[in-house]
Order: sequence, then structure tokens, then C-alpha cells
Amino acid sequence: MRRLIPLPPQRAAELVGRYAAVRAGARRRLLLGLAVLAVLLGLAATAAEVRPLVLAANLGRFTAYIAAIVPVLRPDHLGADWAEWYWGLPKWLSLLGETLLMAYLGTLLGAVGGFILCFVAAGNLVRSAALRFAAKRYLEICRTVPEIVFALIFVIAFGLGPMVGVLALAIHTTGALGKLFSEVVENIDMKPVEGLTGTGAGWVETVRFAVLPQVLANFASYALLRFEINVRGAGVMGFVGAGGIGQELLVAIRNFYYSDVSAILLMIVLTVFAIDLGTEKLRHHLIGGEGAR
Amino acid sequence: MRPRTASLRETALADLASLRVRYPDRFRTDWAGRLRNLAFLGAILGLAAYGMWALDFSLARIVHGLGRLAGFTLEMMPPSAGGRFGLFLHALAETLGIALLGTLTAAILAFPVAFLAARNVVGNPFARFAVRRGLDVVRSVDVLIWALIWINVVGLGPFAGALAIACSDFGAFGKLFSEAVETCDRRPAEGVVASGGSSLHRIRFGLIPGVLPVLASQVLYFFESNTRSATIIGIVGAGGIGQYLTELIRVLELQQVAFLILMILVTVAAIDWVSGRLRRAIIGGAAR
Repeated sequence: MRRLIPLPPQRAAELVGRYAAVRAGARRRLLLGLAVLAVLLGLAATAAEVRPLVLAANLGRFTAYIAAIVPVLRPDHLGADWAEWYWGLPKWLSLLGETLLMAYLGTLLGAVGGFILCFVAAGNLVRSAALRFAAKRYLEICRTVPEIVFALIFVIAFGLGPMVGVLALAIHTTGALGKLFSEVVENIDMKPVEGLTGTGAGWVETVRFAVLPQVLANFASYALLRFEINVRGAGVMGFVGAGGIGQELLVAIRNFYYSDVSAILLMIVLTVFAIDLGTEKLRHHLIGGEGAR
Repeated sequence: MRPRTASLRETALADLASLRVRYPDRFRTDWAGRLRNLAFLGAILGLAAYGMWALDFSLARIVHGLGRLAGFTLEMMPPSAGGRFGLFLHALAETLGIALLGTLTAAILAFPVAFLAARNVVGNPFARFAVRRGLDVVRSVDVLIWALIWINVVGLGPFAGALAIACSDFGAFGKLFSEAVETCDRRPAEGVVASGGSSLHRIRFGLIPGVLPVLASQVLYFFESNTRSATIIGIVGAGGIGQYLTELIRVLELQQVAFLILMILVTVAAIDWVSGRLRRAIIGGAAR
């Protein structure tokens, strides 16, 4: 093995000194950052009325609550206990189906809206800055206002019911997907577009034959991801009277129907799990299929 | 430019018959493919039609509602605080506080758990599986549901909101962080082990420096999205600006509603801007 030759002491000292200075600078910056964070946290804690004592005193209640919603399932009366726990199964299942349909329709309508608007919002396809600006701001408003706020307003305008939930989800989805879609469109390979423009194709033809084949798989993948998110969103639409299983859950939690809470929560969690797994498989298939081609 | 492109098209069209003969493959209609696409589209639309029927969609209601919405929009003008600007500002600060506290608490709690769920830290697949499924359960319960549960524990108010955001983000962070740890560069960790470091040294000096910027950027991103969630958490009574929003929408004080929505839009845009810059600075610093 080659022996290491030590540096001359003067250069070594210089290097060590410089290293120490850099470390000290980094540490100072870190401390400063932490101090800023601590101040912000202090402000946030005051604003949010954090009461650690209340939390500590009531933490027992949290565990007691969890313990209370866990159903009584005795091995020797499993069938009867199960039937008691899921006494409302037919009603809950139909509400769960309604929730899934809401998520599906909301995603589909939103995807159609986002699909139409994304080409208008994409910088590489639309030359008119004003049109692009308008489309982008519209999408921004759609996705910044949470869907449940739309639902609150729509419930008053359209009346109670799942249709309102669908419309609220659709508008929020338009904003979210429109942005993602337009980013996909902005990152396409422009050569096919130039080729089609060169043969004298119009705007719609260019989008159809040059842009669409490049982006469709990504669009579908994003829409599936959004469907997953919308299933969760549709689950709480009932809190404001916009349909789905949320209403039932709200009633159960507010009225302390403990075993109902766990029964409905378990159904929601399992559904979300199943949807997550399914869409993940489909998305890998879509994106993988594109990569292999 | 224009006449030449037109002539290219016209030449091609004039020569269409011979082009068809020369390139039969290009002009063949792919009936199977078309049929498959049509069936797929039909299934999607059929399910949509069934959904609309099952969920009582009615054109009359939509038209009537759109008319009312147009009326609401007119009534919203001009947005005005109705002399409650100070109150709204306080609620907005509360909202930001909820978002910041919730996000940070979730990040701090999820940080150690994420290492337990990462393949390159915990070898035992059963332990990893258990941690991951646990995180999934926490994640699949919506933030509003968490808020309802925490209200039962600490009472109405913003504290319940912060705890709710902390809970639902804990699951999301655990998953994202563990993915970041798994995709982290292996070499520093191997170097630490090769020079005689223990497995804790390996995590501290081999993994953490690599993942910290990624995690910080994710935390900032979630803070952004949590300012949005925190605005709605008041709908169930867990503090923040959502409480006023719900109340004012219910009593149709639409000018104030418009004002509140504008305040939320401006705040969210400001937070997006700041955190976007911070994120770019952090990621840029890591790349250097």
C-alpha cells in the first residue's frame, strides 16, 4: 500500500482553518433558520390556540374514543356481533356506491374540462398571450378554491343532493387537471407539430395528430390519480349535504354512535385502499406501455 | 411560405390514388383497434350516463341553479368586508398557524417512522409491511374526519384543526419520506459502513444528508397545500377562516363571502410564491 504523504503543516493548518470557517458559517445559517422557524412556530401556536395541557389531559379521551369505536366481536357470537356492527350494511353500501359514482363523474367531467382548457393554456400551442393568461387564471381559481367551498355555495344554488357534489368535484378537478395537462403539453416533442404545420394542417388537426398521441397516456395516468383523490373528496361531501356517505359518517360521529363510526370508517378506508391499488396497477400499465413503445 | 405548403398538400391529394397503391399499410383501416377504442369509450360514457341517472341529474335543476349562481355572482359585487376586516385577518392568521403547526408536527413525527418503512434501512419485510399499511390507514382518512374526531378530544377550535392536519399528513409524509430514503444514493451509506460506522452512523451520516433537502422541499409543498386544507377545516368547527366562510355562505352574506374568497386566493398565492422560491433555493443548494 502506498503511504500517505502528510501535507506541509502550514497548508494543513490553512485547510483546517478554512474547513472550520465553512462549517461555522453553515452552522450559523442553520441556527438562524431554526430561530426564524421557532419564532414562526411561537406565532402559529398562539394563533392556533395550542393548549398542550388540554391535549395532555384529554389524550386519554382520544385513546378511550378509539377504544369505544372498536366493535365488540366475541369469537363465539361472531356472526351475531358482525350483524350488529354492520346493521346498516345495505344502506351504507348503496351510499358508498353513490360516493364512488360521484368521484367517477366528477373526475370525468373535470378531465373533459381540463382537456379542453389545457391546450389553450399551453405556451407552445397558443400564441395569444391574453387567451393563455385568461385560461391559466381560470384554472388557478378553480383549483385554489377547495371543492367543499364550491359544494357549500352550490348546495344553496342547486339544492341538496349528490349532483352538487359532482359539480363541485368537477370544477376543482378541472383546475387541478388542467394545470397538470398543460404542463404535459408544454413538454412535448415539437417536431411532429412543426411537421403538421408544414403540411398546412389547422390548429385542431395539429392538436389531434401531433399532440394527442404524445400526451394521452400521461393524461390518463393523471386522471386516474385524480380519481383516487376525488374518492376521498367525495367521502366528505356529505358533511355539507352534497351526497355520498359523508352525511352518515357525520351523523354517527356527532351523535356518538361509536360502532357505526368504525363500521363506516372501515368501509371508506377499504374502498380507498382498493381504489389506490387498482389505479396504481393501471397507471404503471399505462406509463410502462408508453415507455416500452 | 404559404403557397408552397398548400401545393405540397395539393400534390399529395392529387396523387392520392397512386399513394394508396404504393403504401397500402398506411391507408389500411385498423378495424379491431377502432372497435376496441369505441367499446372503451362506450363503457366510459355508459357508466357516466348511469351515474347521472343514479345521482338524479336533471337539466331543469342545473339551469335553475345556474340562474341562481349568476344572481349570486352579481350579489357578490363588490366584495366587502362589512366592517369585519380585523376579525377576518385574525381568522386568516389562525388558518396559517394551523397549517404551519400541523405540517411541522406531522413532519417531525413522520421522520423517524419513514426510516422504519424504508427498504434500505429495515431489512425485515414484515415490519416494513406493518408500518406501511399503518401509514396507509392514517392517510386514507380525510382531514375533515380527523378534525371531527379531534374535536371530540380537545373541543372545538383551531387546536383540533392543527391536530387533524398533523394526523392526515403524518401518513402522507411517512410514505413520501420513505420513498425519498429508498431512492437515496447508496454510496455514502456504503462508505460509512466500510469505514467502520454502525448502522446508526450509516443513517446519520450516509442517508440523512442526502434526503434532508428532498424532505424539506416536500414539507414546504405540503405547507402550501395545507393552507388550502386549513381554510376548509372550519366547516366542521375546527377553527380558521372556514368557520366564517361556512357561516356567511349559509346566511347569504355574499359580498363578505367574495371578500373572504379573495383573501384566501391572495394568501394562497403569496404562500405559493414564497415556498416556491424557498424550494428552488433548497433543491438548487442540494444540486450544487
